[in-house]
Amino acid sequence: MVAADSEGPKDPGIRCPSHRMFRRERSIPLQSSAAALCNNLSVLQLPARNLTLFGVVHGPSAQVLSAAPDGVPLAQRQLHVKEGAGVSPPHITQVHWCVLPFRVLLVLTSHRGIQMYESDGSIMVYWHALNSGDASSVQAVFAQGIAASGHFICVGTWSGRVLVFDIPAKGPNIMLSEELAGHQTPVTDIAAEPVQGQDGMADMVTADDSGSLCVWRSGPEFTLLTRIPGFGVPCSSVQLWQGIIAAGYGNGQVHLYEATTGTLNIQINAHARAICALDLAPEVGKLLSAAEDTFVHIWKLSRNPESGCIEVEHCHGECVPDTQVCGAQFCDPSGSSFAVTGYDLTEILRFGSV
Amino acid sequence: MSVRTLPLLFLNLGGEMLYILDQRLRAQNIPADKARKVLNDIIMTMFNRKFMEELFKPQELYSKKALRTIYDRLAHASIMRLNQASMDKLYDLMTMAFKYQVLLCPRPKDVLLVTFNHLDAIKGFIQDSPTILHQVDETFRQLTEVYGALSAGEFRLIRQTLLLFFQDLHIRVSIFLKDRVQNSNGRFVLPVSGPVPWGTEVPGLIRMFNSKGEEEKKIEFKHGGNYVTALKEGSFELYGDRVLKLGTNMYSVNRPVETQMSGASKDSASRAQESIAANPLAKEELNFLARLMGGMEIKKPSGPEPGFRMNLFTTDEEEEHAALCRPEELSYEVINIQAVQDQQRNEELARIMGELEVTEQPRQSTTKGDDLLAMMDEL
Repeated sequence: MVAADSEGPKDPGIRCPSHRMFRRERSIPLQSSAAALCNNLSVLQLPARNLTLFGVVHGPSAQVLSAAPDGVPLAQRQLHVKEGAGVSPPHITQVHWCVLPFRVLLVLTSHRGIQMYESDGSIMVYWHALNSGDASSVQAVFAQGIAASGHFICVGTWSGRVLVFDIPAKGPNIMLSEELAGHQTPVTDIAAEPVQGQDGMADMVTADDSGSLCVWRSGPEFTLLTRIPGFGVPCSSVQLWQGIIAAGYGNGQVHLYEATTGTLNIQINAHARAICALDLAPEVGKLLSAAEDTFVHIWKLSRNPESGCIEVEHCHGECVPDTQVCGAQFCDPSGSSFAVTGYDLTEILRFGSV
Repeated sequence: MSVRTLPLLFLNLGGEMLYILDQRLRAQNIPADKARKVLNDIIMTMFNRKFMEELFKPQELYSKKALRTIYDRLAHASIMRLNQASMDKLYDLMTMAFKYQVLLCPRPKDVLLVTFNHLDAIKGFIQDSPTILHQVDETFRQLTEVYGALSAGEFRLIRQTLLLFFQDLHIRVSIFLKDRVQNSNGRFVLPVSGPVPWGTEVPGLIRMFNSKGEEEKKIEFKHGGNYVTALKEGSFELYGDRVLKLGTNMYSVNRPVETQMSGASKDSASRAQESIAANPLAKEELNFLARLMGGMEIKKPSGPEPGFRMNLFTTDEEEEHAALCRPEELSYEVINIQAVQDQQRNEELARIMGELEVTEQPRQSTTKGDDLLAMMDEL
């Protein structure tokens, strides 16, 4: 832990005296640049194998690679959209690892459908084509927003519907079990956390282009608990931690809501441009926000021990010069390192604590 | 991706093209009446009603190759001619300028203000021609109709679609380097100061509310930038202060247009590989071109009007040198007509190209197919 900020070298980070400093570590080169999408970085931590997996979308292809703890790249693979009929090559919207009780699947969403692979991207185990039947000629058809909830994988779509897939412990016998209605505009992101404590607790949040959030309880049938109305600005990224919903918006704000009631507790004017990604380090309640304004900020979430109210503290701000950030994720459960992708950038930038 | 992106892409690139041509016409001391004719002819072709109708139909963006062919045709809509090297340079400048504007738009919706800035300037070029002015105003009305009611989310998708189109383009432009809006590695500078977008608050404040929704506490934090509140929103009306400077004319006689090729780099190589591999699309792209250019009504010259050659470089030698030195992966290959098996489509395209032809010498070819290939080769 670093003490006073009057000593020490000048650095581009903006820090509070009682929190850690970060420094740039070795970047990981990419075969192709990252696309200007939201949530355009997925990280799978495999501490038992001394490996970290990274997934980045380029456009018509996505890259999945593994790296050693010091950032040295080991293996990489390119994934494409399964079917390419139409005017232009279909684009991928998101790539995301889903950690389920007995397996890990890599999910890829695109303008054609949903593809699920074994965690290293080597074998496709499931393909779901999107039904564009209801779409008007001016609507884009795509899937976006991916999260694991128990033994389900939930994926959002352009229509606002959330598809719930039942995933067996092994094998390709994946089935679409439910379609959740709750949104009227395209789903942007989904977050889930393991159910803790009492039954009936909210354990999943879905967000959409109009800024609305839906709060769910998972189960053989998912139940909509609460709806949090939007205010005309897209909610690009959402996280859920111990009943606290963190939502990042197109106007640069991060909102913290109480999941059970849907009440807004905290409003942070966090960024000067649209937020593109949020991530959580669940062991310590650290929240990471990244935006197109080139900044990444780290916050500490907590609950007041007496009132139970949500509290937040700013820990660190990092400027990634001249980079329109499009993805950012913690690389370890204690939030002591994170990685960043940027539009047009052919590398994954890594930051670690000093 | 969004199917409403093409009109914005086309109009803004077209606007940049006119800024550059206007500057070069003056720098090359072309007589005022000829210069005015060139700009009038191009603008009239751009805003032709049939052409605009095709443009505004919901459709995916086509490749840079296909789009480049349209601008080739447009640049030759009058008595002016450009060699391949100058046309390449013109297209490089246009695309990098609009890429910069899209990237720096404070809100995704501001790309509409950028478009209006271009249209306002275009109206300045044709002040003396009420018919063309009316056409531009008509396009303005169409833009407002299509984009006026779009949500922030839909504009965000449009922005993502545009950025996808411009991905991996890092050509260094002298005027950008001099103004320090572009770094020497070709990446644009993203400032962390200045006014925040309209609708965004200056970062640095945390507000806490109680269960009744009343504000209880405010905390400040150091966010690292140097932002100020936005003073006012740009106007989306036919006339008005756009506030945003992006999309206004940055060239003048004293600020010449030059580019430096970034040279063989990994970025451009991987991009070029993708576009070459995507040839199964050639037929769809030709259909698109036929539709779009079918709507372009290019006037045949009424009498023997002496044409002239426009050079985007300072000397002819420079232009020749640029043609020889252009890196392989940055060449804009013309679409391969021979790849198309559809005879009917070929004939239709040939008919359209025949109507569009503006040449001084008669053609010496035997078949329509040869005519078409010859014409395309000459672009």
